[in-house]
Amino acid sequence: MIKINISKPLREFELNIDLEIEPKKITAITGESGSGKTTLLRVIAGLEKSKAEIIIEDKIYQNSKIFLPPQKRDIGFVFQDYALFSNMSVIDNLLFVKRDKEFAKELLEMVGLYSLKDRYPNELSGGQKQRVALVRALIKRPKLLLLDEPLSALDSKTKERLQIQTKEIIKRFNITTLLVSHDLSEVFSMADFIANIDRGRVEYIKAKKSFIKPYIRGKVIEIEDEFATILVGKELIRIKNQGFKVGTYINLDINS
Amino acid sequence: MEELNFTPFILSFKLAAITTAILFFISLPIAWYLAFSKSKLKPFIEAIIALPIVLPPSVLGFYLLVFLSKNSAIGEFLEKYFNIELIFSFSGLVVASVIYSFPFMVQPLQSGFESLNKSMIEASFISGKGVITTLFKVALPNIKPALMTALIITFAHTIGEFGVVLMVGGSIEGETKVASIAIYEMVESLDYKGAHIYSAILLAFSFITLLVVYILNRKFKVK
Repeated sequence: MIKINISKPLREFELNIDLEIEPKKITAITGESGSGKTTLLRVIAGLEKSKAEIIIEDKIYQNSKIFLPPQKRDIGFVFQDYALFSNMSVIDNLLFVKRDKEFAKELLEMVGLYSLKDRYPNELSGGQKQRVALVRALIKRPKLLLLDEPLSALDSKTKERLQIQTKEIIKRFNITTLLVSHDLSEVFSMADFIANIDRGRVEYIKAKKSFIKPYIRGKVIEIEDEFATILVGKELIRIKNQGFKVGTYINLDINS
Repeated sequence: MEELNFTPFILSFKLAAITTAILFFISLPIAWYLAFSKSKLKPFIEAIIALPIVLPPSVLGFYLLVFLSKNSAIGEFLEKYFNIELIFSFSGLVVASVIYSFPFMVQPLQSGFESLNKSMIEASFISGKGVITTLFKVALPNIKPALMTALIITFAHTIGEFGVVLMVGGSIEGETKVASIAIYEMVESLDYKGAHIYSAILLAFSFITLLVVYILNRKFKVK
């Protein structure tokens, strides 16, 4: 069970969150900027004090008597600016968190960065930094993964590719994940549940399925490597090619 | 010319090395606190730390003399229980230097910590690392120019001390007569030749120190 109950006065309103999250799923936290999304993640991680009750898989992180410091919370955090340790190489960024060489190698291979393991963060592209930040957050096998606008600083092509890859990796480790994002395409491509926050309050939390028709029709425009570009209405989306043929119409399952 | 006596220089360097080492460890937690604190007390602490920059050394020396002498509570306590006499002794010079050079260690460290990416520090905490590990493995390696500046300037500033040293330490050969005091005495006794040699050495030392600081800063910035 994952229960998050927070009240914390912010500058213009009070953050008043009451959330129960489905374990092992990706829940997106959406809402306008300044609605308290990032503060919510920071409170859960213990980076900011608040009046809160936070229970993650039956372990109390915080209540009126207990306040576990960030060090004692079993959490992985991917910061918006990645926050890589700039004095350490890629591999050392992982090993600093947990001295597990085998697993560090496995993780870096998973995101295709093992060959860059001796580079320093300032020698990496934005997309590469994001992937290092993701696997660094995973190396201690956290119970809860918090992603704060993880792809917002990237160009749209890299963003689409990493949405798919990030989701695949999270699913492989089966980690309960909270994804703060205001990018709807990101939310719909990655999340299982969507919680919308407005002025510090949860407006709704719903399964993604309940939002939309399960299928929309699209035309296959182009196939490039393992990706296919589909024209849906006036928009182009890129998905994994599943044996499509250029020029044919297909039904797209929005939940996939 | 008689043999050049290097004892005052050795004393100066010994004093500077000890002062720098002590100040480094005292200043780390203070600079860290000041860099991240939002407390209302912060400006008061900052003002107190910066005092030695603006106070005439004679004022500082006078107060130290008053508070550390055998007739004061602190001086009496130290002499009675630890058999330490601070006035006109080398240990007294160390205490005076630590206070006098305080801002030169704290301020560069503080601005170094303030320039750090806060989320990098938080990432270390979330990774399960405590403040000490974060300080030495993440924070300090990322503020090398500030760290170098703090250490080198503190060292050089202690070498350059005069007023406080004179008032608290006097001029006891081999105990408190550091290079700057030796020059003063040579000039007083009209030994201009000795004063020239000593002064030239200190001038060269100061220039080289500053040059090293600026070269290091440039190197780290380019990197």
